[in-house]
Amino acid sequence: MKTILRRLLVPIASLRLTVVCLATALVLVLAGTLAQVNINPVEAQQQYFQSWFIWWSAGGGGFKMPVFPGGHFVGAVLLFNLIAAHIHRFSWSWSKAGIQLTHLGLIVMLAGGLATDLFSVSSHMYLRQGETKNYSDDDIRTELAVTEQTSGATNRVIAIPGEVLSACGTTSHEALPFKIVVKGFYPNADLQMVGQENGPSVPAASNGAGAQIGIKALPTFSEMNKRNKTSAVVELLSNKGEKSLGTWLVSVEIDQGQDFEVDGRHWSMALRFARYYKDYSLSLISFTHETYPGTEIAKGFSSIITLADVKHNENRQVKIYMNHPLRYLGDTYYQSGYQSDNSTILQVVRNPSYQAPYISCVIVSLGLLMQFTYHLVGFARRANAAKAL
Amino acid sequence: MNRSIPYLILLVAVIWLGSLWLPKKTKANDFDVSTFSRLPVLTGGRIKPLDTVARNSLLIMSRKQSLKLASGESMSASRWLAELWFNPLVADTYPTFYVANQEVLGMFGWPQADKRYCTFAELQPKLQKIDEEGSAAADKNAKSRSPFEVAIFDLRSSLLLYQQLKLSIHLDGTENFSKEIETYATTLTAAATKLSQSQTPPDKDQTAFLRSAAARYEQQANATNILAVAPPAGGKEADWRSTGATLMRLNSAEAIPASLAAFADLSDAFRAQDTATFSRVAKEYSGWFSIAHPEWTGKTHFEQLFNQVEPFKQGMVLYISAFLLACSSWLVCPRGLRKTALLLLVLAFAVHSFGMFSRMYLQSRPPVTNLYSSAIVVGWGATIIAMVLEYLFRYGIGTAGAGVVGFVTLLIAHNLGSNGDTLEMQVAVLDSNLWLATHVVVITLGYSAMLLAGVLAIVYVILGLATTKLTRELAHVLTSMVYGVLCFATLFSFVGTVLGGIWADQSWGRFWGWDPKENGALLIVLWCALILHARWGGMIRQRGLMAMTICGNAITAFSWFGVNMLGIGLHTYGFMSKAFPWLMAFIILQAVLALLTRLPASRWLSFRNAERRVLTAAGFRPLA
Repeated sequence: MKTILRRLLVPIASLRLTVVCLATALVLVLAGTLAQVNINPVEAQQQYFQSWFIWWSAGGGGFKMPVFPGGHFVGAVLLFNLIAAHIHRFSWSWSKAGIQLTHLGLIVMLAGGLATDLFSVSSHMYLRQGETKNYSDDDIRTELAVTEQTSGATNRVIAIPGEVLSACGTTSHEALPFKIVVKGFYPNADLQMVGQENGPSVPAASNGAGAQIGIKALPTFSEMNKRNKTSAVVELLSNKGEKSLGTWLVSVEIDQGQDFEVDGRHWSMALRFARYYKDYSLSLISFTHETYPGTEIAKGFSSIITLADVKHNENRQVKIYMNHPLRYLGDTYYQSGYQSDNSTILQVVRNPSYQAPYISCVIVSLGLLMQFTYHLVGFARRANAAKAL
Repeated sequence: MNRSIPYLILLVAVIWLGSLWLPKKTKANDFDVSTFSRLPVLTGGRIKPLDTVARNSLLIMSRKQSLKLASGESMSASRWLAELWFNPLVADTYPTFYVANQEVLGMFGWPQADKRYCTFAELQPKLQKIDEEGSAAADKNAKSRSPFEVAIFDLRSSLLLYQQLKLSIHLDGTENFSKEIETYATTLTAAATKLSQSQTPPDKDQTAFLRSAAARYEQQANATNILAVAPPAGGKEADWRSTGATLMRLNSAEAIPASLAAFADLSDAFRAQDTATFSRVAKEYSGWFSIAHPEWTGKTHFEQLFNQVEPFKQGMVLYISAFLLACSSWLVCPRGLRKTALLLLVLAFAVHSFGMFSRMYLQSRPPVTNLYSSAIVVGWGATIIAMVLEYLFRYGIGTAGAGVVGFVTLLIAHNLGSNGDTLEMQVAVLDSNLWLATHVVVITLGYSAMLLAGVLAIVYVILGLATTKLTRELAHVLTSMVYGVLCFATLFSFVGTVLGGIWADQSWGRFWGWDPKENGALLIVLWCALILHARWGGMIRQRGLMAMTICGNAITAFSWFGVNMLGIGLHTYGFMSKAFPWLMAFIILQAVLALLTRLPASRWLSFRNAERRVLTAAGFRPLA
């Protein structure tokens, strides 16, 4: 049994495999970097690094074939290689301790990187001065929130994911006395008032805000700091007799919900970025943008925030600024940008493995330092001995 | 060679360096430009001496830090600045603009090739044409400009800077500035008194005068980015104003600020060729400033001295001397020359360190803040490692390696520094001394070690191929050196890269984003790991190690400069298309050198008659 395991382990633990993996990784990183000249970073990242294979399609047609291992492939092989080598060659001695430690640190880093790829979620919180929020917005995913306006303290919200809308079908929900038919879904669009100079001539919808607004589809943004103006045109059909109640334009650009009435019940609907609710809230006291005297060079951006958490009895002021994020209950808030009305944009990252690189860095540095010091001392000793001769 | 000769040579070099520190003496009946050059202004976000403003502006326009007049005489940058500010009609006749592009000269209808420097007066009739062509070039992406477009764009920028700089103190055509502001102040007071005492508005003449003056001051304030007027004692950096803004805000009850009065007097005295008054006012104002603002005086004076000494220029001379002497030591007089080379290297290192630490003091920042300073630190780090190598193995190889890396990196820095102020302010995300001191310094030292290892590998190839000096022992020593330095490069590059990731996690919310600069750093780490593993696995021997280390030079150059030339990503702090051909030439050269290691033993002069054991150690296949 032991010998079979060993036999299996030997090729996986081979140094030659390590060298091949490193060389492949090198080519991959170089290619993925140069590719960014022509395609945007996010796409390059997905194609080259967050993939098992790099695919090549002949003449843009449907036929695709893998031409090179992708980042996940190389990373996984390297990880197996590392672990196997660790098991296979592990022996405790001072001369090897540094190398062992270095590789242990690398395992932590690669595993942490994988976990980040799989589990980390990034969103944004937009706060105007004085505004309080207990949720952050997804950067891409949207939802259509339909709320019944009742006199009670809480209203039930039915959220239909953007993925469902984008299929342009008909959606119904047991709690809704109407069906929603998506007439058009725009991942990104330009909204303009009808009748403006060079503007649209036809309104996008028959009811609500869309009766004055025209819509034009736009290609989606891929830059990190730009949000798509996702929009949709929906038609509501009454459950009774499938009667059309008219069409509405919903968009993340339209802040307020649009009210309508079905069979005497009052409803409101709005397309918004998918929300991540928190158990606490943040409110913006002030945002400041400093420049160096006599120049336009940004010296710093900072947001002063009140963090309120009833559950944990927390109520304090926090300053979030460049290189100084707020970490609270697994969420990290970064100063990401600002809007012209002095409202702040905070990036919110939930990454359960964010500490992996920190731990790994310490372990690997220690390991490399131990190893090289060990060599250097031995080396200087030999050099001195040679000199003495 | 006599034992004391190396020390004598060192002494001569030290005396030569010392002479640069002495302040330039002003002739009895000349303007005291030396004091003038130390006067402070606030521009580009920090307080600097006029000397720095003058040198950096001249560097952009004429690519030199001093002016060569038509008469063949040389003029200091500060003197030129005084002329431009206070006597612009004369300054317009100085050959200030560097124009070398044939097409641009042809466009002006000037005989080609015999002209390099133009005066503003010559260019004035062509301003409209230059502006048209220059704006067209400006609209284009920096990467797709033709040489003509680059040249015309640069010339347009220089001309804009020149015209802007002219208006730093007052508008063109001002005759008697002191008198003008005095009249302005008294009129202002009179009008205000009249208004407050008798509730009647000032008379028409007064109003018209004040209006037209205010319009001119506003024009000046909008045009300039030089804040020449210091706040009174106790004021903050944000309280500095341009002369125009000061005059516009002048309160009738207020005295004219000391800086404004001083610059007005300097201007009038200079135009009147009144050297005595100019020198006296400069000294008095400098004295006032050092009493009112001792907190800013030290740095401004030191910066002027730093400019004057030009430590990196002297460092270049010393490095190249050390390199040449170390190489010569392998041919003649080994002990004496090696010693002299090492002494000069130590001196070069001292001067280099002085320059680096001066910059740190002036900026109150860790050493690397931009591409320019990274070049300085790469050379500095490589020299330290090389001196340790020289201490361990006294072959002169460490000295030669340090000499060449030191010289080349300072030369690179010199060329990168031609865009103006190299002590620029840091944008918000970089405003973190902790990370600048850790991540950036460590990664830069990684470059140092990579390049030094690469140079040592090149020494191996050249000595082995072209000389008979590469004995078995020396080959072994060089291999140890390269291996040791590579280990350091691995350590620094890895730690530096991970620290960068942690910084990114702190400021952008992700540890790794596959940004080009991050990938560049990763390439170095991967390459180091590849070499070390290939060696541990016995896949490469001496020559293989050398070949791969030489390729490491190319990877380092790509990571350091290449990714910046792609013009993409978050780290594009130093785009330089002009350097692209140099980078390509460097990479090709490394490839050729690496290929040379594959030549058979019979082509290596050193290995031609070597025994089999030596050849196997070097990685030649044993003969059947």
